[in-house]
Amino acid sequence: MNLNATLFAQLVVFFILAWFTMQFVWPPIVKALDERAKKIADGLAAAERGKQDLELATKRSTDALREGKEKAAELIANAEKRGAQLIEEAKLTAKVEADRIVTGAKAEIDQEAVRAKEQLREQVASLVVSGAEKILRREINAQAHADILATIKQDL
Amino acid sequence: MSTAGHEEAAANAPTAGEYIVHHLTHFNSTGHAQKDIIDFSILNVDTLVFSVLMGVLGLFVMWRVARSATSGVPGRMQAAVEIVLEMVNEQAKGIVHSAESRKAVGPLALTVFIWIFLMNSMDFLPLDVFPNIWQAIVGDHHAYLRVVPTADLNGTLGMSIGVLLVCIYYNIKIKGFGGWMHELFTAPFGSHPLLYPVNFAMQMIEFLAKTVSHGMRLFGNMYAGELVFMLIALMGAAWAGTATGVFLFAGHVLAGSIWAIFHIMIVALQAFIFMMLTLVYIGQAHEAH
Repeated sequence: MNLNATLFAQLVVFFILAWFTMQFVWPPIVKALDERAKKIADGLAAAERGKQDLELATKRSTDALREGKEKAAELIANAEKRGAQLIEEAKLTAKVEADRIVTGAKAEIDQEAVRAKEQLREQVASLVVSGAEKILRREINAQAHADILATIKQDL
Repeated sequence: MSTAGHEEAAANAPTAGEYIVHHLTHFNSTGHAQKDIIDFSILNVDTLVFSVLMGVLGLFVMWRVARSATSGVPGRMQAAVEIVLEMVNEQAKGIVHSAESRKAVGPLALTVFIWIFLMNSMDFLPLDVFPNIWQAIVGDHHAYLRVVPTADLNGTLGMSIGVLLVCIYYNIKIKGFGGWMHELFTAPFGSHPLLYPVNFAMQMIEFLAKTVSHGMRLFGNMYAGELVFMLIALMGAAWAGTATGVFLFAGHVLAGSIWAIFHIMIVALQAFIFMMLTLVYIGQAHEAH
């Protein structure tokens, strides 16, 4: 329990040891600790960002999917409408065509009828003339009455 | 120190008083016990050698860890050193509020903690092992050796005076020399010419009390711990010659075990207390009254 010069020696040793720690022990370890803390903080921030990105991407993909579905539905509806329209148009065209054909046929028939009538008239006229000739041969000169015969032929 | 190996004492059959006095005498530069209470011509070689040894051991281990410290996944040793360092750093952050000062105060506190812990731990070694080895080396059965540097008042007061010097340094650095002088004369009672001497006296008493109690607390704990180990060793040593000795031997084993286990706490606790007080005193040096 006596005091002696050891006290001062210990004082010097104390400061030398503290200086050594200050210089060579403390800074590298604190640096490593700080760096690790930063790494962990960065990692956590990156994870958070990744989570947000994922959420965003999920939202975007559902949106895209919904949009695609809507578009597809619209396309199908359009196609159906267009199909119906085409059928409608085709029906119309066919009807017009049919009408045209029918009209043509009718016209031809009419023409044929007119022609047949004409022929018939000619034949009837000649028959009448020949009949009248036969009758009149006995009474009338054909040349003298030609203008009357022609008029009759005209009226037939 | 624990209590094995007291054969030497038994063989030479010293009295209990002699045994204890012998174990409490330092191996100093004169080779025999110091006569005066204060004699600055004498150096305690054992205290110095073991304290330097412990300091170098502790710092060497930490230095090796620090040299290969990685910010990635730390090894076990690095993790262990980091735990101690973080503990000290957290305490320092709570007490010393200047980040600039902490760059120096943190390492100081870490050194104090590790160093004192290791010096205190010398108490765990069997009480007579080192003295006996030393006596065998020098060939003198009465050679003195004490292996616990913190059970030497010189060792602990040396450190507490070191802390005092650091406190004075920070007082001047933070408040300026004039500011510190002003504080010495005006705090704690107030700024009045009549109160100047009272204030100054109080401040001096405060510094003295802090430093002395700082060193004495550690010294007292370790000295008392060592003394108890010696008494337990004596109890065991007495068994050889007597019929009832077997009970003494059992008592030795029991008391030695209990005290050694309890002492583990004291060793760590005293190192922690010394470190905390170091931080508190330095923290006080930063605060204006």
